[in-house]
Amino acid sequence: MPQDLFAQIDLPRVYRRRRLLNDVALSLTGVAVALAVIPLVWIVVYVFLKGMQNINLDFFIHLPQAMGTTGGGVTNAIQGSIVMVLVAVVVAIPIALLVAFYLLFHPQTLLGQVLRFSTDLLAGVPSIVIGLFGYAILVVPFKHFSALAGGLVLAMIMLPIVIRSAEEMLKMVPKEMQEGALALGAPEWKTSLSVVLVAALEGIVTGVMLAIARATGETAPLLFTALGNEHYNVVAYVRQGISQHQNVFQILHKILVEPTDALPLTLWKYAQQPYPERVAQSWTVALVLMFFVLTLNIGARFWLARKRRQTRG
Amino acid sequence: MAASLLTVLLVLMIAWEIWDGSTLSRHEFGWNFLLPWVESVWNPALDRFQAWPAIYGSLITSLIALVLAVPFSVAIAIFLSELAPPVLRTPLNTMVEMLAAIPSVVYGLWGIYVFLPVVVTPIGRVLAASVGSVPGLSLLFAGPMPVSGTSRLAAALILTFMVTPTIASVSREVLQAIPRSQREASLALGATPWETVWKVLLPYGLSGILGAVILGFGRAIGETMAVTMVIGNVSGGGYSVLRPGYTMASIIANEFAEAVSDMHTSALIEIALILFVVTIILNVIARWLVASVNRKTMGS
Repeated sequence: MPQDLFAQIDLPRVYRRRRLLNDVALSLTGVAVALAVIPLVWIVVYVFLKGMQNINLDFFIHLPQAMGTTGGGVTNAIQGSIVMVLVAVVVAIPIALLVAFYLLFHPQTLLGQVLRFSTDLLAGVPSIVIGLFGYAILVVPFKHFSALAGGLVLAMIMLPIVIRSAEEMLKMVPKEMQEGALALGAPEWKTSLSVVLVAALEGIVTGVMLAIARATGETAPLLFTALGNEHYNVVAYVRQGISQHQNVFQILHKILVEPTDALPLTLWKYAQQPYPERVAQSWTVALVLMFFVLTLNIGARFWLARKRRQTRG
Repeated sequence: MAASLLTVLLVLMIAWEIWDGSTLSRHEFGWNFLLPWVESVWNPALDRFQAWPAIYGSLITSLIALVLAVPFSVAIAIFLSELAPPVLRTPLNTMVEMLAAIPSVVYGLWGIYVFLPVVVTPIGRVLAASVGSVPGLSLLFAGPMPVSGTSRLAAALILTFMVTPTIASVSREVLQAIPRSQREASLALGATPWETVWKVLLPYGLSGILGAVILGFGRAIGETMAVTMVIGNVSGGGYSVLRPGYTMASIIANEFAEAVSDMHTSALIEIALILFVVTIILNVIARWLVASVNRKTMGS
């Protein structure tokens, strides 16, 4: 009987159809990848071409000129971005590492689980909401938009990214290394610091690089915390401070409490102004920003991939 | 330990601040703030606020973006996890993920000056002319689209680019977590590679891919800058996707700095509260779904 059944089906035809479907469907997935790459290439190439048109030294070292006039730069935004990202790094990384170690040693405790859950939640909170929160607790009480507020908000953005990658990297360190150090009589803190942390360091650094890239490109949280300031100039503050014989803290205070600009903030404002010179500069800002962010991203990936190959070899 | 408590506390503090900050608006408008059938007004001059237009804007732009992005993202995930030769896999994967790394403002800038005039405005014109006057569909596609292209459709298309890498990379991880034995069993039975993908791997990873989609939804709904730059920022504006509008995130970004009255500020914070609650729910569901695929694997 089965033979009769098979005889009625044109086997080669069925087979051909299945093969055809297979080839067509699988090629379509390749087409999808190609199509996804188009906007990437389009954006990168376009920003590069437009941005290169007026990139020059002035752009990096001068303050903005009055609206509607040519020339001037965005040094205020570059310095502001650097200051705020540094603040974020200084605040977020120690906390993130401590949290990651806590998760490593107490993965199953109640706090451990609540912690992992809150980290996930924090990563999912829209950055504009974090910005509003920053405004409420860092700007309203001091009645002052500031670099410090901007930096702390960026730290909140970085925190979950660094915690997650650091936890991942710490977990990859073989348990035997930890046990070996403990067996030699090293106290737990010393084991953590000089064995586990050192072994995981490269991986953690790549996580930090990704977090810095992300924080540098963020605009929404800075809208109501750093606000923007076309005269922000750390170099001038330092020079002025020295000439007035201020101490380090006074200078630092000046740097941190002023309203501050940042590259993405400047880009956002310039892009929507009715002055062609400003729009032209916004493309250059986009180029600088994109170059920095993509370099960090690709660099971190390569580094991590190489490290993985080494450990496997 | 202290650092850990601080992190947990941070989430609670965010929740508390926006709950507290929106008290005025919550008491004044109650549930009417959210509901679609209440007359939708967002009028700072009269101090009357109703969030539905912004909620609608967020929903429609995110949903269009998902409908467009999901087939692409899943196809990309299949290609990268099942098909790509090892030499191509890493570079292609990096390129797709770079789409997510480009700062949101750069998308916005490119959107305003390149994508809108070149792509969105022509599409809008065609849609308005073809389905714009069909009864029923005209609600969604009534023209005219502004010449600049700023519209909900523009925001939706830009969001498509922005959520594709999220959905693709999570789906790829889901597919790669599926045990090898599943593939081998299917191929050994004579299934073609495509049949293996379609009838074995996708059903196996379905809940995880659904989780990836929901994660993308959360990303789309919270996305602020690019959307603010291309959506036109108009309250009201009917239901047409070809018209400008607001999303929850963009109305905050656009109006908070200029809000004068306490009620206006409070209403914007209440929108932040909605956004916060929605994204938290979406994230929890998504992570649970993604994790369920791994549980299935460990159980078997």
